Amino acid sequence: MPSLNDFGHDPLWISIIKAVVIFVFLVLAVLFGVWTERKLISRMQHRYGPNRAGKFGLLQSVADGLKMGLKEDLTPSGVDKVLYLVAPLILVVPAFISYSIIPFGPVVSMFGVKTPLQLTDLPVAVLLVLAMASLGVYGIVLAGWASRSPYAILGGLRSTAQVISYEIAMGLSFVAVFLYAGTLSTSEIVAKQAGGGTLDIGSLTIPMPSWYAIQLIPSFLIYVLTMLGETNRVPFDLPEGEGELVAGFHTEYSSSLKFALIMMAEYVNVFVVSGLSITLFLGGWRAPWPISLWDGANHGWWPLLWFFIKLVIVFGFFVWVRAALPRVRYDQLMALGWKVLIPLNLVWILLVATFRALRVDKGPVVFTMLAIIVIGALAVYFYFDTANQRRREARAQEIQQDFETLADAPALGGFPVPPLDLPHYHGVHSSKEVTSGSN
Amino acid sequence: MDGYFGSYVVVAVLLAIGVGVFAGGLLANRMLRPHRPTVEKLTTYECGVDPVGEGWAQSQVRYYVFTYLYVVFAVDAVFLFPWATVFAAPGFGTTTLVEMFVFLAFIAIGILYAYRKRVLTWT
Repeated sequence: MPSLNDFGHDPLWISIIKAVVIFVFLVLAVLFGVWTERKLISRMQHRYGPNRAGKFGLLQSVADGLKMGLKEDLTPSGVDKVLYLVAPLILVVPAFISYSIIPFGPVVSMFGVKTPLQLTDLPVAVLLVLAMASLGVYGIVLAGWASRSPYAILGGLRSTAQVISYEIAMGLSFVAVFLYAGTLSTSEIVAKQAGGGTLDIGSLTIPMPSWYAIQLIPSFLIYVLTMLGETNRVPFDLPEGEGELVAGFHTEYSSSLKFALIMMAEYVNVFVVSGLSITLFLGGWRAPWPISLWDGANHGWWPLLWFFIKLVIVFGFFVWVRAALPRVRYDQLMALGWKVLIPLNLVWILLVATFRALRVDKGPVVFTMLAIIVIGALAVYFYFDTANQRRREARAQEIQQDFETLADAPALGGFPVPPLDLPHYHGVHSSKEVTSGSN
Repeated sequence: MDGYFGSYVVVAVLLAIGVGVFAGGLLANRMLRPHRPTVEKLTTYECGVDPVGEGWAQSQVRYYVFTYLYVVFAVDAVFLFPWATVFAAPGFGTTTLVEMFVFLAFIAIGILYAYRKRVLTWT
Protein backbone atom coordinates (compact mmCIF):
# COMPACT_ATOMS: atom_id res chain seq x y z
CA MET A 1 0.00 0.00 0.00
CA PRO A 2 1.92 3.09 -1.13
CA SER A 3 1.79 6.34 0.83
CA LEU A 4 3.23 9.78 0.18
CA ASN A 5 6.63 8.75 1.58
CA ASP A 6 7.09 6.16 -1.16
CA PHE A 7 7.32 8.83 -3.82
CA GLY A 8 10.24 10.96 -4.90
CA HIS A 9 12.75 8.12 -4.43
CA ASP A 10 12.64 6.63 -7.92
CA PRO A 11 15.85 6.69 -9.93
CA LEU A 12 15.58 8.96 -12.95
CA TRP A 13 15.39 6.12 -15.48
CA ILE A 14 12.41 4.56 -13.69
CA SER A 15 10.62 7.93 -13.75
CA ILE A 16 11.31 8.26 -17.45
CA ILE A 17 10.04 4.72 -18.14
CA LYS A 18 6.85 5.48 -16.22
CA ALA A 19 6.36 8.82 -17.96
CA VAL A 20 6.83 7.26 -21.39
CA VAL A 21 4.47 4.40 -20.52
CA ILE A 22 1.81 6.90 -19.41
CA PHE A 23 2.25 8.76 -22.70
CA VAL A 24 2.00 5.64 -24.81
CA PHE A 25 -0.96 4.39 -22.78
CA LEU A 26 -2.86 7.65 -23.22
CA VAL A 27 -2.14 7.93 -26.94
CA LEU A 28 -3.30 4.34 -27.50
CA ALA A 29 -6.27 4.96 -25.20
CA VAL A 30 -7.28 7.93 -27.35
CA LEU A 31 -6.87 6.00 -30.63
CA PHE A 32 -8.86 3.00 -29.47
CA GLY A 33 -11.17 5.07 -27.27
CA VAL A 34 -12.36 6.89 -30.37
CA TRP A 35 -12.88 3.53 -32.08
CA THR A 36 -14.75 2.15 -29.05
CA GLU A 37 -16.94 5.22 -28.90
CA ARG A 38 -17.83 5.16 -32.60
CA LYS A 39 -18.45 1.42 -32.55
CA LEU A 40 -20.57 1.48 -29.37
CA ILE A 41 -22.59 4.46 -30.47
CA SER A 42 -23.27 2.98 -33.90
CA ARG A 43 -24.43 -0.27 -32.30
CA MET A 44 -26.79 1.76 -30.13
CA GLN A 45 -28.11 3.40 -33.30
CA HIS A 46 -28.47 0.13 -35.29
CA ARG A 47 -25.61 0.64 -37.68
CA TYR A 48 -22.18 -0.90 -38.12
CA GLY A 49 -19.81 1.99 -37.51
CA PRO A 50 -16.26 1.92 -38.87
CA ASN A 51 -15.48 -1.55 -40.28
CA ARG A 52 -13.15 -0.99 -43.24
CA ALA A 53 -9.69 -0.19 -41.88
CA GLY A 54 -8.29 -3.33 -40.25
CA LYS A 55 -10.22 -6.06 -38.47
CA PHE A 56 -13.50 -4.60 -37.09
CA GLY A 57 -12.29 -1.17 -38.23
CA LEU A 58 -9.79 -1.19 -35.37
CA LEU A 59 -7.26 0.82 -37.36
CA GLN A 60 -9.74 3.56 -38.28
CA SER A 61 -8.32 6.12 -35.83
CA VAL A 62 -4.76 5.21 -36.79
CA ALA A 63 -5.64 5.88 -40.42
CA ASP A 64 -7.32 9.16 -39.48
CA GLY A 65 -4.28 10.18 -37.47
CA LEU A 66 -1.90 9.38 -40.34
CA LYS A 67 -4.06 11.34 -42.73
CA MET A 68 -4.14 14.35 -40.44
CA GLY A 69 -0.38 14.20 -40.06
CA LEU A 70 0.29 14.16 -43.79
CA LYS A 71 -2.28 16.45 -45.39
CA GLU A 72 -1.86 20.10 -46.19
CA ASP A 73 -2.29 22.41 -43.24
CA LEU A 74 -4.05 25.68 -43.96
CA THR A 75 -3.36 28.60 -41.65
CA PRO A 76 -5.96 31.25 -42.49
CA SER A 77 -4.31 34.52 -43.43
CA GLY A 78 -5.92 36.61 -40.68
CA VAL A 79 -4.88 34.55 -37.67
CA ASP A 80 -2.50 35.46 -34.89
CA LYS A 81 0.18 32.98 -35.95
CA VAL A 82 1.96 32.39 -32.63
CA LEU A 83 -1.14 31.92 -30.51
CA TYR A 84 -2.77 29.85 -33.26
CA LEU A 85 0.14 27.42 -33.09
CA VAL A 86 0.58 27.45 -29.31
CA ALA A 87 -3.11 27.01 -28.36
CA PRO A 88 -3.31 23.27 -29.22
CA LEU A 89 -0.11 22.68 -27.24
CA ILE A 90 -1.55 24.51 -24.22
CA LEU A 91 -4.62 22.33 -24.52
CA VAL A 92 -2.94 18.97 -24.86
CA VAL A 93 0.11 19.08 -22.59
CA PRO A 94 -1.66 19.86 -19.26
CA ALA A 95 -4.17 17.12 -20.04
CA PHE A 96 -1.33 14.61 -20.11
CA ILE A 97 0.30 16.00 -16.96
CA SER A 98 -2.85 15.38 -14.93
CA TYR A 99 -2.32 11.66 -15.43
CA SER A 100 0.98 11.72 -13.53
CA ILE A 101 -0.83 11.59 -10.19
CA ILE A 102 -3.40 8.91 -11.05
CA PRO A 103 -2.52 5.73 -9.14
CA PHE A 104 -2.58 2.56 -11.26
CA GLY A 105 -1.51 0.08 -8.61
CA PRO A 106 0.44 -0.73 -5.45
CA VAL A 107 4.20 -0.99 -4.99
CA VAL A 108 5.64 -3.49 -7.45
CA SER A 109 9.12 -4.60 -8.40
CA MET A 110 10.05 -3.01 -11.72
CA PHE A 111 13.41 -4.29 -13.07
CA GLY A 112 14.48 -4.98 -9.50
CA VAL A 113 13.46 -1.56 -8.18
CA LYS A 114 10.57 -1.36 -5.74
CA THR A 115 8.31 1.39 -6.98
CA PRO A 116 4.61 2.30 -6.85
CA LEU A 117 2.60 2.06 -10.08
CA GLN A 118 2.07 5.80 -10.19
CA LEU A 119 4.36 8.36 -11.72
CA THR A 120 4.35 10.68 -8.75
CA ASP A 121 2.25 11.82 -5.85
CA LEU A 122 2.11 15.22 -4.24
CA PRO A 123 0.63 16.49 -0.98
CA VAL A 124 -1.59 18.60 -3.27
CA ALA A 125 -2.13 16.01 -6.00
CA VAL A 126 -5.84 16.67 -6.67
CA LEU A 127 -5.18 20.40 -6.72
CA LEU A 128 -2.68 19.74 -9.52
CA VAL A 129 -5.43 18.20 -11.64
CA LEU A 130 -7.69 21.20 -11.06
CA ALA A 131 -4.80 23.54 -11.88
CA MET A 132 -4.09 21.68 -15.13
CA ALA A 133 -7.77 21.81 -16.05
CA SER A 134 -7.63 25.59 -15.56
CA LEU A 135 -4.54 25.80 -17.78
CA GLY A 136 -6.42 23.92 -20.49
CA VAL A 137 -8.98 26.73 -20.47
CA TYR A 138 -6.25 29.07 -21.76
CA GLY A 139 -5.89 26.77 -24.76
CA ILE A 140 -9.60 27.04 -25.49
CA VAL A 141 -9.85 30.80 -25.16
CA LEU A 142 -6.62 31.44 -27.06
CA ALA A 143 -7.62 29.11 -29.90
CA GLY A 144 -10.87 31.04 -30.24
CA TRP A 145 -9.13 34.40 -29.96
CA ALA A 146 -6.28 33.68 -32.36
CA SER A 147 -8.59 32.38 -35.11
CA ARG A 148 -10.02 35.82 -35.91
CA SER A 149 -13.36 34.31 -36.79
CA PRO A 150 -16.67 35.29 -35.13
CA TYR A 151 -17.81 31.72 -34.56
CA ALA A 152 -14.49 30.66 -33.14
CA ILE A 153 -14.37 33.50 -30.63
CA LEU A 154 -17.99 33.00 -29.59
CA GLY A 155 -17.33 29.29 -29.18
CA GLY A 156 -14.16 29.95 -27.21
CA LEU A 157 -15.88 32.35 -24.81
CA ARG A 158 -18.82 30.04 -24.37
CA SER A 159 -16.65 27.05 -23.72
CA THR A 160 -14.54 28.97 -21.23
CA ALA A 161 -17.55 30.18 -19.26
CA GLN A 162 -18.88 26.64 -19.15
CA VAL A 163 -15.63 24.98 -18.11
CA ILE A 164 -14.85 27.46 -15.33
CA SER A 165 -18.41 27.25 -13.99
CA TYR A 166 -18.32 23.49 -13.79
CA GLU A 167 -14.81 23.48 -12.41
CA ILE A 168 -16.04 25.21 -9.25
CA ALA A 169 -18.74 22.63 -8.69
CA MET A 170 -16.15 19.93 -9.39
CA GLY A 171 -13.70 21.35 -6.85
CA LEU A 172 -16.45 21.63 -4.25
CA SER A 173 -17.54 18.03 -4.82
CA PHE A 174 -14.02 16.92 -3.82
CA VAL A 175 -14.21 18.66 -0.45
CA ALA A 176 -16.37 15.94 1.10
CA VAL A 177 -13.84 13.34 -0.04
CA PHE A 178 -11.02 15.33 1.57
CA LEU A 179 -13.05 15.60 4.75
CA TYR A 180 -13.27 11.81 4.91
CA ALA A 181 -9.77 11.01 3.69
CA GLY A 182 -7.96 13.87 5.45
CA THR A 183 -5.51 14.23 2.57
CA LEU A 184 -5.22 15.49 -1.00
CA SER A 185 -2.74 12.81 -2.02
CA THR A 186 -4.31 10.40 -4.48
CA SER A 187 -2.47 7.28 -3.31
CA GLU A 188 -3.59 7.89 0.26
CA ILE A 189 -7.19 8.55 -0.83
CA VAL A 190 -7.16 5.14 -2.53
CA ALA A 191 -5.68 3.59 0.63
CA LYS A 192 -8.44 5.20 2.72
CA GLN A 193 -11.06 3.45 0.57
CA ALA A 194 -9.58 0.05 1.37
CA GLY A 195 -11.28 -0.88 4.63
CA GLY A 196 -15.03 -1.21 4.47
CA GLY A 197 -17.34 -2.05 7.35
CA THR A 198 -19.69 -5.01 7.39
CA LEU A 199 -23.46 -5.18 7.42
CA ASP A 200 -25.05 -7.92 9.54
CA ILE A 201 -28.43 -9.22 8.40
CA GLY A 202 -29.30 -12.06 10.74
CA SER A 203 -26.43 -14.49 10.53
CA LEU A 204 -25.28 -13.11 7.20
CA THR A 205 -22.28 -10.78 7.16
CA ILE A 206 -22.08 -8.70 4.01
CA PRO A 207 -18.98 -6.57 3.52
CA MET A 208 -20.08 -3.01 2.82
CA PRO A 209 -18.35 -1.17 0.02
CA SER A 210 -15.97 1.46 1.30
CA TRP A 211 -16.01 3.44 -1.92
CA TYR A 212 -16.66 7.13 -1.46
CA ALA A 213 -19.08 6.89 -4.38
CA ILE A 214 -21.45 5.11 -2.01
CA GLN A 215 -20.53 6.78 1.26
CA LEU A 216 -20.73 10.26 -0.27
CA ILE A 217 -23.27 9.66 -2.99
CA PRO A 218 -24.39 13.32 -3.43
CA SER A 219 -20.78 14.36 -4.04
CA PHE A 220 -20.38 11.57 -6.54
CA LEU A 221 -23.53 12.47 -8.46
CA ILE A 222 -22.48 16.13 -8.62
CA TYR A 223 -19.04 15.03 -9.78
CA VAL A 224 -20.54 12.90 -12.55
CA LEU A 225 -22.48 15.93 -13.83
CA THR A 226 -19.48 18.23 -13.61
CA MET A 227 -17.20 15.78 -15.36
CA LEU A 228 -19.55 15.81 -18.35
CA GLY A 229 -19.59 19.63 -18.24
CA GLU A 230 -15.87 20.00 -17.69
CA THR A 231 -14.95 17.91 -20.72
CA ASN A 232 -17.56 19.51 -23.01
CA ARG A 233 -19.29 16.19 -23.58
CA VAL A 234 -22.92 15.52 -24.38
CA PRO A 235 -25.32 16.70 -22.93
CA PHE A 236 -23.14 19.75 -22.22
CA ASP A 237 -21.31 19.91 -25.57
CA LEU A 238 -22.48 23.44 -26.35
CA PRO A 239 -19.07 24.64 -27.52
CA GLU A 240 -19.64 22.35 -30.48
CA GLY A 241 -23.26 23.27 -31.05
CA GLU A 242 -22.87 22.94 -34.80
CA GLY A 243 -26.24 24.50 -35.55
CA GLU A 244 -25.19 27.77 -33.97
CA LEU A 245 -21.40 27.88 -33.83
CA VAL A 246 -20.13 25.63 -36.64
CA ALA A 247 -17.42 23.81 -34.65
CA GLY A 248 -16.88 26.32 -31.85
CA PHE A 249 -13.39 27.37 -30.90
CA HIS A 250 -11.66 25.00 -33.34
CA THR A 251 -13.62 26.05 -36.43
CA GLU A 252 -10.52 27.50 -38.08
CA TYR A 253 -8.35 24.48 -37.36
CA SER A 254 -8.97 22.59 -40.56
CA SER A 255 -8.33 18.87 -40.42
CA SER A 256 -4.62 19.09 -39.73
CA LEU A 257 -2.36 17.82 -36.99
CA LYS A 258 -3.31 20.83 -34.86
CA PHE A 259 -6.93 19.71 -35.02
CA ALA A 260 -5.80 16.20 -34.11
CA LEU A 261 -4.06 17.63 -31.03
CA ILE A 262 -7.25 19.44 -30.00
CA MET A 263 -9.29 16.26 -30.38
CA MET A 264 -6.65 14.33 -28.48
CA ALA A 265 -6.75 16.87 -25.64
CA GLU A 266 -10.51 16.44 -25.49
CA TYR A 267 -10.27 12.66 -25.18
CA VAL A 268 -7.34 12.75 -22.76
CA ASN A 269 -9.42 15.08 -20.60
CA VAL A 270 -12.20 12.52 -20.65
CA PHE A 271 -9.72 9.88 -19.46
CA VAL A 272 -8.39 12.25 -16.80
CA VAL A 273 -11.81 12.92 -15.28
CA SER A 274 -12.62 9.20 -15.53
CA GLY A 275 -9.35 8.29 -13.82
CA LEU A 276 -10.03 10.88 -11.14
CA SER A 277 -13.54 9.56 -10.57
CA ILE A 278 -12.10 6.07 -10.16
CA THR A 279 -9.40 7.29 -7.78
CA LEU A 280 -11.55 9.53 -5.61
CA PHE A 281 -14.88 7.75 -5.65
CA LEU A 282 -14.67 4.23 -7.08
CA GLY A 283 -11.94 2.73 -4.93
CA GLY A 284 -9.02 3.45 -7.23
CA TRP A 285 -7.09 0.42 -8.46
CA ARG A 286 -8.46 -1.80 -5.69
CA ALA A 287 -10.53 -4.77 -6.75
CA PRO A 288 -14.30 -4.55 -6.21
CA TRP A 289 -15.97 -6.78 -3.68
CA PRO A 290 -16.36 -10.29 -5.13
CA ILE A 291 -12.83 -10.20 -6.55
CA SER A 292 -11.32 -8.69 -3.43
CA LEU A 293 -12.15 -11.91 -1.54
CA TRP A 294 -9.17 -13.39 -3.36
CA ASP A 295 -6.07 -12.44 -1.37
CA GLY A 296 -3.85 -11.83 -4.37
CA ALA A 297 -6.27 -9.38 -5.99
CA ASN A 298 -4.73 -6.22 -4.58
CA HIS A 299 -1.09 -7.22 -4.96
CA GLY A 300 1.45 -7.14 -7.74
CA TRP A 301 0.38 -6.20 -11.24
CA TRP A 302 -3.29 -7.33 -11.02
CA PRO A 303 -4.59 -3.89 -9.95
CA LEU A 304 -3.64 -2.58 -13.39
CA LEU A 305 -6.40 -4.82 -14.77
CA TRP A 306 -9.02 -3.63 -12.25
CA PHE A 307 -8.13 -0.02 -12.98
CA PHE A 308 -8.40 -0.63 -16.71
CA ILE A 309 -11.78 -2.36 -16.39
CA LYS A 310 -13.11 0.52 -14.30
CA LEU A 311 -11.78 3.00 -16.85
CA VAL A 312 -13.53 1.15 -19.68
CA ILE A 313 -16.80 1.14 -17.71
CA VAL A 314 -16.63 4.87 -16.92
CA PHE A 315 -15.74 5.65 -20.54
CA GLY A 316 -18.64 3.45 -21.65
CA PHE A 317 -20.87 5.60 -19.45
CA PHE A 318 -19.68 8.69 -21.33
CA VAL A 319 -20.57 7.03 -24.64
CA TRP A 320 -23.93 5.83 -23.36
CA VAL A 321 -24.82 9.34 -22.19
CA ARG A 322 -23.80 10.67 -25.59
CA ALA A 323 -26.07 8.20 -27.37
CA ALA A 324 -28.99 8.77 -25.02
CA LEU A 325 -29.27 12.47 -24.22
CA PRO A 326 -29.92 15.56 -26.32
CA ARG A 327 -27.94 18.75 -25.86
CA VAL A 328 -29.15 21.18 -23.19
CA ARG A 329 -29.69 24.88 -23.81
CA TYR A 330 -26.97 27.30 -22.73
CA ASP A 331 -29.09 29.10 -20.13
CA GLN A 332 -30.14 25.74 -18.69
CA LEU A 333 -26.50 24.72 -18.46
CA MET A 334 -25.42 27.86 -16.61
CA ALA A 335 -28.48 27.76 -14.37
CA LEU A 336 -27.75 24.15 -13.43
CA GLY A 337 -24.14 24.95 -12.63
CA TRP A 338 -24.64 28.12 -10.61
CA LYS A 339 -28.10 27.81 -9.10
CA VAL A 340 -28.21 24.10 -8.37
CA LEU A 341 -24.83 22.40 -8.21
CA ILE A 342 -22.87 25.05 -6.30
CA PRO A 343 -25.47 25.85 -3.58
CA LEU A 344 -26.28 22.16 -3.13
CA ASN A 345 -22.60 21.42 -2.85
CA LEU A 346 -22.03 24.08 -0.19
CA VAL A 347 -24.92 22.81 1.94
CA TRP A 348 -23.76 19.21 1.52
CA ILE A 349 -20.19 20.11 2.58
CA LEU A 350 -21.50 21.76 5.75
CA LEU A 351 -23.68 18.75 6.47
CA VAL A 352 -20.81 16.30 6.02
CA ALA A 353 -18.49 18.46 8.12
CA THR A 354 -21.05 18.66 10.91
CA PHE A 355 -21.52 14.90 10.93
CA ARG A 356 -17.75 14.44 11.01
CA ALA A 357 -17.57 16.86 13.93
CA LEU A 358 -20.29 14.91 15.75
CA ARG A 359 -17.95 11.93 15.90
CA VAL A 360 -15.33 13.96 17.76
CA ASP A 361 -17.48 16.30 19.79
CA LYS A 362 -21.09 15.73 20.78
CA GLY A 363 -21.39 19.18 22.36
CA PRO A 364 -24.39 21.48 21.99
CA VAL A 365 -22.49 23.73 19.56
CA VAL A 366 -22.32 21.04 16.91
CA PHE A 367 -25.99 20.20 17.28
CA THR A 368 -26.83 23.88 16.93
CA MET A 369 -24.82 23.96 13.72
CA LEU A 370 -26.68 20.92 12.43
CA ALA A 371 -30.00 22.57 13.23
CA ILE A 372 -28.88 25.78 11.48
CA ILE A 373 -28.01 23.94 8.25
CA VAL A 374 -31.15 21.83 8.16
CA ILE A 375 -33.49 24.72 8.97
CA GLY A 376 -31.57 27.11 6.70
CA ALA A 377 -31.59 24.70 3.77
CA LEU A 378 -35.30 24.00 4.19
CA ALA A 379 -36.08 27.73 4.44
CA VAL A 380 -34.14 28.52 1.29
CA TYR A 381 -35.78 25.62 -0.51
CA PHE A 382 -39.31 26.67 0.44
CA TYR A 383 -38.61 30.30 -0.39
CA PHE A 384 -37.48 29.44 -3.90
CA ASP A 385 -40.19 26.86 -4.28
CA THR A 386 -42.96 29.36 -3.49
CA ALA A 387 -41.28 32.05 -5.58
CA ASN A 388 -41.07 29.69 -8.54
CA GLN A 389 -44.64 28.55 -8.02
CA ARG A 390 -45.83 32.17 -8.04
CA ARG A 391 -43.87 32.88 -11.20
CA ARG A 392 -45.27 29.80 -12.93
CA GLU A 393 -48.84 30.74 -12.04
CA ALA A 394 -48.36 34.32 -13.24
CA ARG A 395 -46.95 33.05 -16.51
CA ALA A 396 -49.82 30.58 -17.03
CA GLN A 397 -52.32 33.35 -16.38
CA GLU A 398 -50.59 35.62 -18.87
CA ILE A 399 -50.75 32.95 -21.57
CA GLN A 400 -54.41 32.29 -20.81
CA GLN A 401 -55.16 35.99 -21.15
CA ASP A 402 -53.30 36.14 -24.46
CA PHE A 403 -55.43 33.34 -25.81
CA GLU A 404 -58.62 35.06 -24.79
CA THR A 405 -57.71 38.40 -26.39
CA LEU A 406 -56.55 36.76 -29.58
CA ALA A 407 -59.60 34.53 -29.90
CA ASP A 408 -61.84 37.59 -29.92
CA ALA A 409 -59.81 39.49 -32.49
CA PRO A 410 -58.57 37.36 -35.39
CA ALA A 411 -57.21 40.50 -37.01
CA LEU A 412 -54.51 40.63 -34.35
CA GLY A 413 -53.10 37.41 -35.68
CA GLY A 414 -54.70 34.89 -33.37
CA PHE A 415 -53.02 31.54 -33.63
CA PRO A 416 -53.83 29.21 -35.40
CA VAL A 417 -56.37 31.11 -37.49
CA PRO A 418 -54.94 33.52 -40.06
CA PRO A 419 -56.48 36.99 -40.07
CA LEU A 420 -59.96 36.58 -41.51
CA ASP A 421 -60.10 39.99 -43.19
CA LEU A 422 -57.33 39.37 -45.69
CA PRO A 423 -58.29 41.01 -49.03
CA HIS A 424 -58.57 37.86 -51.14
CA TYR A 425 -61.16 36.39 -48.79
CA HIS A 426 -63.47 39.16 -49.95
CA GLY A 427 -62.90 38.81 -53.66
CA VAL A 428 -60.38 41.62 -53.83
CA HIS A 429 -57.40 40.60 -55.95
CA SER A 430 -54.22 42.51 -56.38
CA SER A 431 -53.45 43.28 -59.99
CA LYS A 432 -50.21 41.27 -59.89
CA GLU A 433 -51.91 38.00 -59.12
CA VAL A 434 -51.70 35.50 -61.95
CA THR A 435 -54.77 33.34 -62.25
CA SER A 436 -54.27 29.76 -63.19
CA GLY A 437 -54.68 28.88 -66.83
CA SER A 438 -54.36 32.48 -67.97
CA ASN A 439 -52.10 31.63 -70.86
CA MET B 1 15.28 12.83 -7.27
CA ASP B 2 15.11 12.88 -3.47
CA GLY B 3 13.76 15.38 -1.07
CA TYR B 4 10.55 17.35 -0.86
CA PHE B 5 10.68 18.66 -4.40
CA GLY B 6 11.60 15.26 -5.86
CA SER B 7 7.99 14.46 -6.74
CA TYR B 8 7.52 17.89 -8.28
CA VAL B 9 10.58 17.40 -10.48
CA VAL B 10 8.85 14.37 -12.01
CA VAL B 11 5.90 16.57 -13.01
CA ALA B 12 8.36 18.93 -14.66
CA VAL B 13 9.95 15.97 -16.48
CA LEU B 14 6.53 14.95 -17.80
CA LEU B 15 5.91 18.56 -18.87
CA ALA B 16 9.21 18.56 -20.77
CA ILE B 17 8.42 15.23 -22.45
CA GLY B 18 4.94 16.50 -23.36
CA VAL B 19 6.16 19.72 -24.93
CA GLY B 20 8.98 17.82 -26.66
CA VAL B 21 6.73 15.13 -28.14
CA PHE B 22 4.07 17.49 -29.43
CA ALA B 23 6.39 20.23 -30.62
CA GLY B 24 8.41 17.51 -32.38
CA GLY B 25 5.20 16.15 -33.88
CA LEU B 26 4.23 19.56 -35.23
CA LEU B 27 7.73 20.03 -36.62
CA ALA B 28 7.69 16.63 -38.36
CA ASN B 29 4.23 17.48 -39.67
CA ARG B 30 5.62 20.72 -41.08
CA MET B 31 8.30 18.86 -43.01
CA LEU B 32 6.08 16.05 -44.26
CA ARG B 33 2.98 17.87 -45.42
CA PRO B 34 2.53 19.54 -48.79
CA HIS B 35 2.26 23.32 -48.83
CA ARG B 36 0.53 24.93 -51.82
CA PRO B 37 -1.45 27.89 -50.52
CA THR B 38 -3.78 29.95 -52.66
CA VAL B 39 -5.70 33.06 -51.66
CA GLU B 40 -9.00 31.16 -51.59
CA LYS B 41 -7.60 28.42 -49.40
CA LEU B 42 -6.33 30.94 -46.87
CA THR B 43 -9.61 32.76 -46.27
CA THR B 44 -11.28 32.25 -42.93
CA TYR B 45 -13.69 29.33 -43.00
CA GLU B 46 -16.35 30.78 -40.65
CA CYS B 47 -19.41 28.82 -41.76
CA GLY B 48 -18.48 27.94 -45.32
CA VAL B 49 -19.74 31.12 -46.96
CA ASP B 50 -17.22 33.79 -47.97
CA PRO B 51 -16.46 35.85 -44.86
CA VAL B 52 -17.88 39.36 -44.72
CA GLY B 53 -15.97 42.21 -43.10
CA GLU B 54 -13.33 41.96 -40.41
CA GLY B 55 -12.41 38.85 -38.46
CA TRP B 56 -13.81 40.34 -35.30
CA ALA B 57 -17.51 40.63 -34.76
CA GLN B 58 -19.12 42.66 -32.04
CA SER B 59 -21.06 40.61 -29.59
CA GLN B 60 -22.54 41.15 -26.20
CA VAL B 61 -20.16 40.01 -23.52
CA ARG B 62 -22.22 38.39 -20.81
CA TYR B 63 -19.41 36.31 -19.48
CA TYR B 64 -17.51 38.82 -17.38
CA VAL B 65 -19.83 38.50 -14.39
CA PHE B 66 -19.22 34.76 -14.42
CA THR B 67 -15.49 35.44 -14.49
CA TYR B 68 -15.76 37.54 -11.34
CA LEU B 69 -17.85 34.88 -9.67
CA TYR B 70 -15.37 32.25 -10.79
CA VAL B 71 -12.50 34.06 -9.10
CA VAL B 72 -14.48 34.36 -5.86
CA PHE B 73 -15.53 30.72 -5.82
CA ALA B 74 -12.24 29.25 -7.02
CA VAL B 75 -10.47 31.04 -4.17
CA ASP B 76 -13.22 29.85 -1.85
CA ALA B 77 -12.69 26.24 -2.94
CA VAL B 78 -8.94 26.57 -2.48
CA PHE B 79 -9.55 27.75 1.09
CA LEU B 80 -11.84 24.79 1.68
CA PHE B 81 -9.22 22.18 0.69
CA PRO B 82 -6.72 22.72 3.55
CA TRP B 83 -9.61 23.10 5.95
CA ALA B 84 -11.00 19.74 4.85
CA THR B 85 -7.64 18.01 5.26
CA VAL B 86 -6.93 19.20 8.80
CA PHE B 87 -10.53 19.04 9.96
CA ALA B 88 -10.31 15.60 11.58
CA ALA B 89 -6.84 16.19 13.05
CA PRO B 90 -6.59 16.54 16.85
CA GLY B 91 -6.86 20.09 18.11
CA PHE B 92 -9.36 21.13 15.46
CA GLY B 93 -13.04 20.21 15.39
CA THR B 94 -15.82 22.43 16.65
CA THR B 95 -13.98 25.75 16.44
CA THR B 96 -12.83 24.96 12.92
CA LEU B 97 -16.36 24.03 11.98
CA VAL B 98 -17.82 27.29 13.29
CA GLU B 99 -15.16 29.30 11.47
CA MET B 100 -15.99 27.57 8.19
CA PHE B 101 -19.70 28.23 8.75
CA VAL B 102 -18.99 31.94 9.10
CA PHE B 103 -16.75 31.91 6.01
CA LEU B 104 -19.22 30.02 3.87
CA ALA B 105 -22.05 32.24 5.08
CA PHE B 106 -20.23 35.24 3.61
CA ILE B 107 -19.70 33.37 0.34
CA ALA B 108 -23.34 32.29 0.31
CA ILE B 109 -24.41 35.91 0.73
CA GLY B 110 -22.30 36.66 -2.31
CA ILE B 111 -24.05 34.11 -4.49
CA LEU B 112 -27.47 35.08 -3.10
CA TYR B 113 -26.71 38.71 -3.99
CA ALA B 114 -25.76 37.68 -7.52
CA TYR B 115 -28.96 35.63 -7.72
CA ARG B 116 -31.07 38.53 -6.50
CA LYS B 117 -29.43 40.90 -8.99
CA ARG B 118 -30.32 38.35 -11.69
CA VAL B 119 -26.82 38.12 -13.07
CA LEU B 120 -27.08 34.33 -12.93
CA THR B 121 -30.04 34.41 -15.29
CA TRP B 122 -28.99 34.17 -18.90
CA THR B 123 -30.60 36.97 -20.90
